[in-house]
Amino acid sequence: MEKGKGVMGSGRRWAVDFSDNSTALSSRDIRDPPGFTRASVDQDDSTVSRQKKDAESNWKAQKAWEVAQAPFKNLLMMGFMMWMAGNTVHLFSIGITFSALWQPISALQGVGKVFEPYKDGKVELLGPKLLFIALNLGGLALGVWKLNTLGLLPTHASDWVSSLPPAQEVEYSGGGIPL
Amino acid sequence: MAIRSFFVPFLLLVLWFYSSLSPVLSLYEDQVGLMDWHQQYIGKVKQAVFSTQKTGRRRVIVSTEENVIASLDLRHGEIFWRHLLGSNDVIDGIDIGLGKYVITLSSGGSILRSWNLPDGQMVWESFLQGPKHSKSLLLLPTNLKIEKDNVIVVFSNDRLHAVSCIDGEVLWKKDFETESFETQQVIQPPGSDLIYVVGFAASSQFEMYQINARNGELLKHESAIFSSGFLRELSLVSSETVVALDSTGSILLTISFQNGEISFQQTPISNIVEDSSGPAVIIPSSVPGIFAIKINSVTIFIRVIGKGKLEVVEKLNQETAVSNALPISESQQAFALVQHAGSEIHLVAKLAHDWDANLLKESIKMDQQRGIPHKVFINNYIRTDRSHGFRLLIVMEDHSLLLLQQGAIVWSREDGLASIIDVTASELPVERDGVSVAKVEHNLFEWLKGHMLKLKGTLMLASPEDVAAIQSMRLKSSEKSKMARDHNGFRKLLIVLTRAGKLFALHTGDGHIVWSHLLHKSEACQSPVGLNLYQWQVPHHHALDENPSVLVISRCGPSSDAPGVLSFVDTYTGKELNSLSLDHAVVQVIPLPHTDSTEQRLHLLIDSDKHAHLYPKTSEALGIFKREFSNIYWYSVEDHNSIIKGHALKCKCTGEVADEFCFDARDLWSVVFPSESEKITATVTRKLNEMVHTQAKVMADQDVMYKYISRNLLFVATVAPKGSGEIGSVTPEESWLVAYLIDIVTGRILYRVTHHGAQGPVHAVFSENWVVYHFFNLRAHRYEMSVIEIYDQSRADNKDVWKLVLGKHNLTSRISLFSRPEVITKSQSYFFTHSVKAIAVTSTAKGITSKQLLIGTIGDQVLALDKRFLDPRRSVNPTQAEKEEGIIPLTDSLPIIPQSYVTHALRVEGLRGIITVPAKLESTTLVFAHGVDLFFTQLAPSRTYDSLTEDFSYALLLITIVALVAAIFVTWRLSERKELQDKWR
Repeated sequence: MEKGKGVMGSGRRWAVDFSDNSTALSSRDIRDPPGFTRASVDQDDSTVSRQKKDAESNWKAQKAWEVAQAPFKNLLMMGFMMWMAGNTVHLFSIGITFSALWQPISALQGVGKVFEPYKDGKVELLGPKLLFIALNLGGLALGVWKLNTLGLLPTHASDWVSSLPPAQEVEYSGGGIPL
Repeated sequence: MAIRSFFVPFLLLVLWFYSSLSPVLSLYEDQVGLMDWHQQYIGKVKQAVFSTQKTGRRRVIVSTEENVIASLDLRHGEIFWRHLLGSNDVIDGIDIGLGKYVITLSSGGSILRSWNLPDGQMVWESFLQGPKHSKSLLLLPTNLKIEKDNVIVVFSNDRLHAVSCIDGEVLWKKDFETESFETQQVIQPPGSDLIYVVGFAASSQFEMYQINARNGELLKHESAIFSSGFLRELSLVSSETVVALDSTGSILLTISFQNGEISFQQTPISNIVEDSSGPAVIIPSSVPGIFAIKINSVTIFIRVIGKGKLEVVEKLNQETAVSNALPISESQQAFALVQHAGSEIHLVAKLAHDWDANLLKESIKMDQQRGIPHKVFINNYIRTDRSHGFRLLIVMEDHSLLLLQQGAIVWSREDGLASIIDVTASELPVERDGVSVAKVEHNLFEWLKGHMLKLKGTLMLASPEDVAAIQSMRLKSSEKSKMARDHNGFRKLLIVLTRAGKLFALHTGDGHIVWSHLLHKSEACQSPVGLNLYQWQVPHHHALDENPSVLVISRCGPSSDAPGVLSFVDTYTGKELNSLSLDHAVVQVIPLPHTDSTEQRLHLLIDSDKHAHLYPKTSEALGIFKREFSNIYWYSVEDHNSIIKGHALKCKCTGEVADEFCFDARDLWSVVFPSESEKITATVTRKLNEMVHTQAKVMADQDVMYKYISRNLLFVATVAPKGSGEIGSVTPEESWLVAYLIDIVTGRILYRVTHHGAQGPVHAVFSENWVVYHFFNLRAHRYEMSVIEIYDQSRADNKDVWKLVLGKHNLTSRISLFSRPEVITKSQSYFFTHSVKAIAVTSTAKGITSKQLLIGTIGDQVLALDKRFLDPRRSVNPTQAEKEEGIIPLTDSLPIIPQSYVTHALRVEGLRGIITVPAKLESTTLVFAHGVDLFFTQLAPSRTYDSLTEDFSYALLLITIVALVAAIFVTWRLSERKELQDKWR
């Protein structure tokens, strides 16, 4: 994911287009490097570019699916760490649980951004997006489940009555042994 | 709310982890005295003997009504040493033998002890037995010797003993055969070998025995009959003459038994005293030639001249105290008189044989709140011009002890505080600008110096001297004794009522007396006996301008149906706001849970005819009371015939006088214990002002149990009548203890448990939904502590989360006790090593903090024991979840951790009661233990989780913050630079 972002991401500042197909000599003020034959590039312009476009969109779609599946690995790792952390409340388990909750939420917030590089008229992104969201929701559910097993969710009656003040009594009585 | 509620178990768990790291609440050495104070007292002085030899320090040996023998410094009044004898070992007499031994006779004359005068070590102890109980007299003749051994003459248990002063060996003893002989005096004429024992047999027979002091041989026995009988009091006027009164108190009898011949001289009092009315009483004194009688409140001094002739020398109308005679030279004896006159007391010292000449005549201004002088002891010293100077030790009505010398009070001791009967707490005034009494630091330099020292201390640069200076600065911090409220509620006033009928306000910061007030005496009531203290007015919401006040209930005389007296005392100033002499007795006082618009609490006073009287007597209070009329009940415990009765209010009094504030009561229920098998020994209820945070108890598995929290529960312990004596007086089969939990509105017995083979005394404490009680197990030969927890089963099915979330439950609605709650109880017993003098429980402002039991041990210390040790859910192998909840594995006995003694190295001699007062800070409770000594400290049963502790290192925090800020700044600069370089590349 990181890699794809680095190369194809919107944040790039410059690029060398090796498939330069401008044939006009005037635009070429630099000589071709030795051993480079322009003839092989120039042979069939249109077919080459179409092929290229197809390859790129294929590659993009493939990449998008890959990105969409990435949270699954995360999910597995999270599950393992949660299992390691145990069911008692302490710093480690709380940290893991909260990161397990935070990661899917932040990922879900940035769904658009994650798939932006693969945006293309031809590429169908709905499928990968849905998978990505589903997997992240799964991660979130895992986090919530962990929170619950830690006893930090108010799902028991005890969580709702633990601060109830004692009931008042209607009657009042006093007295005791005579002074 | 939801967030809070699911965070509570989390917080509690964190707290538990925190506390389980260091489970013991102990104190570092340098924290002693920071929050606690300890005061030593001795009680009202009964007898004083001076020891003013040239060598050694000048001191006075005193015995007191609290059974203390103490040696006091004559210069400052400090205690050199002190011994508290048990409550069944009452001191009968003290004296100094051979100038270096203090001789005490105690326990009804059966124990004679000798103590080393300089350090108070016991030298020897003798047990003196005799045929029957009698008056005990101790006599140390100065120059009577048997085989070079100084002799102590003791008359006790109807037997005369001569005991060696060196080793306590009984040299001889002598019984008196006469039936019903009551000894009044044992006389040893100086310079002779004779001992006279005089007394009465039957009611009209005077008996005299003359005994050889060397071997106890009876030399002569004479008796004479005086037909109209005697009053049982004698005054010794010379070694062979005594004065007595006849049974009507109107005729003085001079009885002389010179050479063994008894002769009576009758003198009607009316002959020598004009306008004498009423019977006379002899004031015990031992001034040669002079005795004193008291008719009504007039003290009359009468001199015996020659053969039974009497002459009045002076009549004194004021309250007067007379000292014993003090030999100041070969032939001269001096004595002192102290008279009370308004705001002054007059001191007079006279020679016994010359009434008109005064050796000393002084007037000293005396605090009105000390009352009248009760006792005076005289001592002399030789001035540089070889004349006699006198110092007087005075015991005042409020039990304080003062030393007077050269017309001034040299020192005074507030020994009334040794006999506290009730305690309540009061807030201090709110700090306002200009009102604060706190002293500002003396000057800037001092202030700077103090802070420099503190800084040195925190940076660990302080030398040992600096450390000492810092410690003394911490101890004497003016913050502590400020006369204003503090944010945490640590500074309060403790209002205490002493047996002498005096109120003291003690500051919790350092224990100093803020004000004192002797209960007002009125025409109707000459000697009010203080009984109890109640908080009358605690302004906090509406009536903030009013000062808080306390209600003192006292009784006009010792009998239980004597009319009561109510006094209202302002707790800021100690002024008596009002005093009411009631026309009815006060048998019970019930503070009601209602206050009027000025925040005066309504009180119901029950008199001996079971009428209820409402106070304050205002129409507003009556209105409030009428609204709650049908819901107010009361109960009475008749412990002598083992009955507990419940009553309800019926109607207005049907007496001859219409009284709107008086109500008749009707009996509602009664619990009658079978008198042949059960006798009530202890009853405990919850404290009125106890706060409970929650009604639910959450188990480890997220299950809920509802506590049965009721103000109307009474714990009653009964024992077998046979087993009500001392421990070990019965066999286990004959003794049992039954514990009851009784609902005092309906009279329903909610729980009953029998402990076979158990014996009292029972000490119990009731808090929230549990009772802890302490008793002796005869089978195991050990003390035991039991806990009963009571839960409400009828609420247990409130388990639907959605109902709870939406608030559709009736858990907090008002409930009636007539709705028959279903309860279940859990209980458990443990062995406990100590016998117990008092048990209390910590109380906090909101009741969130976990509780500790405060146990006053037999060693006069206060032990803090976590309530977790007395949890009926403890089991031998708790599950992991239970362990997480904080349940300790079950052991058969409760642990005593030496560090958890609240009183650390100190002892609260004669411990009688422990009082806990919540501070404003939830984690902290204030503990006051009183007995002969006073002790006060702050406790945090779950550590101070809501504030930083005193040893928190602020310096470290500051350094960390500074370092972090610096690091942020540096890294920011570095990153800036790196970015710039990157851009240039």
